[in-house]
Amino acid sequence: MEKKIAVKVDDLTVAYNYKPVLWDIDLEIPEGVLMAIVGPNGAGKSTLIKSILGILNPIAGSISIYGKPYEKQRSLVAYVPQKGSVDWDFPTTALDVVMMGTYGSLGWIKRPRQKEKKTALEALEKVGMLSFKNRQISQLSGGQQQRIFLARALVQNASIYFMDEPFQGVDATTEIAIINILKELRKAGKTVIVVHHDLQTVPEYFDWVTFLNVKKIATGPVKDIFNDDNLTKTYGINYKVSIQE
Amino acid sequence: MNSAQIEIQLIASVVAIACAIPGTFLVLRKMAMISDAISHSILPGIVLGFFITHNLNSPLLILLAALTGIITVVLVEYIQKTGLVKEDTAIGLVFPALFSIGVIMIAKNANDVHLDVDAVLLGELAFAPFDRLLINGTDFGPKSLWIIGTILLITVTLLIAFFKELKVSTFDKGLAASLGFSPAIIHYGLMSVASVTTVGAFDAVGAILVVALMIAPAATAYLLTTDLKKMLLLAIIFGVFGAISGYWFAHWLDASISGSITTMLGLLFLTVYLFAPNKGLISVMYREKQQRIEVSLLTFLLHLKNHSEESERHVNHLNEHINWQKVRSKVVLELALKNNMIHIDNEIVSLTEKGNKFTTQAIDYIITNEDAQIEHMKDDFFLFRG
Repeated sequence: MEKKIAVKVDDLTVAYNYKPVLWDIDLEIPEGVLMAIVGPNGAGKSTLIKSILGILNPIAGSISIYGKPYEKQRSLVAYVPQKGSVDWDFPTTALDVVMMGTYGSLGWIKRPRQKEKKTALEALEKVGMLSFKNRQISQLSGGQQQRIFLARALVQNASIYFMDEPFQGVDATTEIAIINILKELRKAGKTVIVVHHDLQTVPEYFDWVTFLNVKKIATGPVKDIFNDDNLTKTYGINYKVSIQE
Repeated sequence: MNSAQIEIQLIASVVAIACAIPGTFLVLRKMAMISDAISHSILPGIVLGFFITHNLNSPLLILLAALTGIITVVLVEYIQKTGLVKEDTAIGLVFPALFSIGVIMIAKNANDVHLDVDAVLLGELAFAPFDRLLINGTDFGPKSLWIIGTILLITVTLLIAFFKELKVSTFDKGLAASLGFSPAIIHYGLMSVASVTTVGAFDAVGAILVVALMIAPAATAYLLTTDLKKMLLLAIIFGVFGAISGYWFAHWLDASISGSITTMLGLLFLTVYLFAPNKGLISVMYREKQQRIEVSLLTFLLHLKNHSEESERHVNHLNEHINWQKVRSKVVLELALKNNMIHIDNEIVSLTEKGNKFTTQAIDYIITNEDAQIEHMKDDFFLFRG
């Protein structure tokens, strides 16, 4: 049976100051995949995610989440920004940051209550951070901060998860903990889309991959398209990785 | 205290509270300088509003002036977006231009009103009680108190209603946008409140003090707390403290009230900067000193762990082996003894079981940077608190 399409991008072009950073992207992400977006620095990986989420305004093209525009499907989508995009000296605690994940379902003005707090505590437990719930966020290590971000996405209880470099600057234990949670999400039928840097781990972590460098180079199952040919097309140099069978 | 004195302190305190609320968010958004820009560039708006309404307290004037504040923000952002200059340069370009337009407008047309450049910069709180709100001959108190009180009421209502939205968009703009809380709406909402507050406070305390009241209390509070609500509350308390203590300081010196309030806020920040428990200068210096000693302790313990031969562990030889001065060795030795990490037998130093375990864990942590196992050590040692 043909799988449902979770995210569909048509003819997307995004520019900063009239300089295109994404050029005419067509992309279909099937439901239930754990997908890596790979490409060199400046390839537009984060831009692609941010455009899908309506954070950036594209100059052309359209995006749909399960067939409808993003604005109508917000509740189906969770987003983990790059860890470096926020100020970790902000006066707040781990629990409070995780609670922010519930704000979307609350809407304007309404405040989080016990029910939201309970969801947040469960998510903290899931990422192994429950004992840090009252810790000020600047007092957490890089890996712990990333887990907090993941917990925040988990409380959104979404169908599609977008993550911008969740493995950046985290220790090995956290990396394994995160990928296990992502694999669990996929098992539960969720779609997970990850901007990823470490090409070596692509075959081990992901089942779907998109090569991106301003234009889309290729997209599909890792076992079919994660090869030297596509890597070379994406990274420009003669790229070789050994893929373990 | 006579009633004028009470009224002045009351006005100053209400202004301080009204400024501290938007000020807290400006500080957290690293936009402190924008308040400086707004406070200056609303001048043409005030003058224009005055020409139209002939009344310095008219709501229309306040709205017009606040609009100039928003225009300032838009212009700064527009210039910044061209990518030709950075934000600070854009601010430096926009507000003097707008301010000077206001100065020229006053000089050409408004010589006969009490709008003069001195009053604009410093305000004159002492005169505020003279301008009364009279309705059918009944005295309802100073006009400026009613104006700033109304603004404060609006600010507090907005703060309570949109606290969560302000928090999430200040901390994580990307998440706020993806959740559907338009960061642009919240940004311009905050800028509007900051502009209206500035205009309302302007007549009483002037352009310079408005900035001081917005930024100094919030910056001081930032050093003391790790909780946004507490930061807001502390900023308000500090603002009111500055307002009242500044008033009495001015009374004692027979000097400008607004100048004295600003001085008090500066002194308050200095005091907190020196003595704050975690982020304060003295506390940081103490922590660094402790960390140095702890590094020495760890070096010492590691030496003991790596050397089973007794010659390396003789009390008299420790100095040579680790190449330390006597005083330092003594401090380290005592610290190790106090924590039961070593025992000395016949002048030979050995690790206790506790010392051995501690060293292993500490070295593990330093190598792997995984801090799950050393949580309990954070309470006793600064070294592991990141």
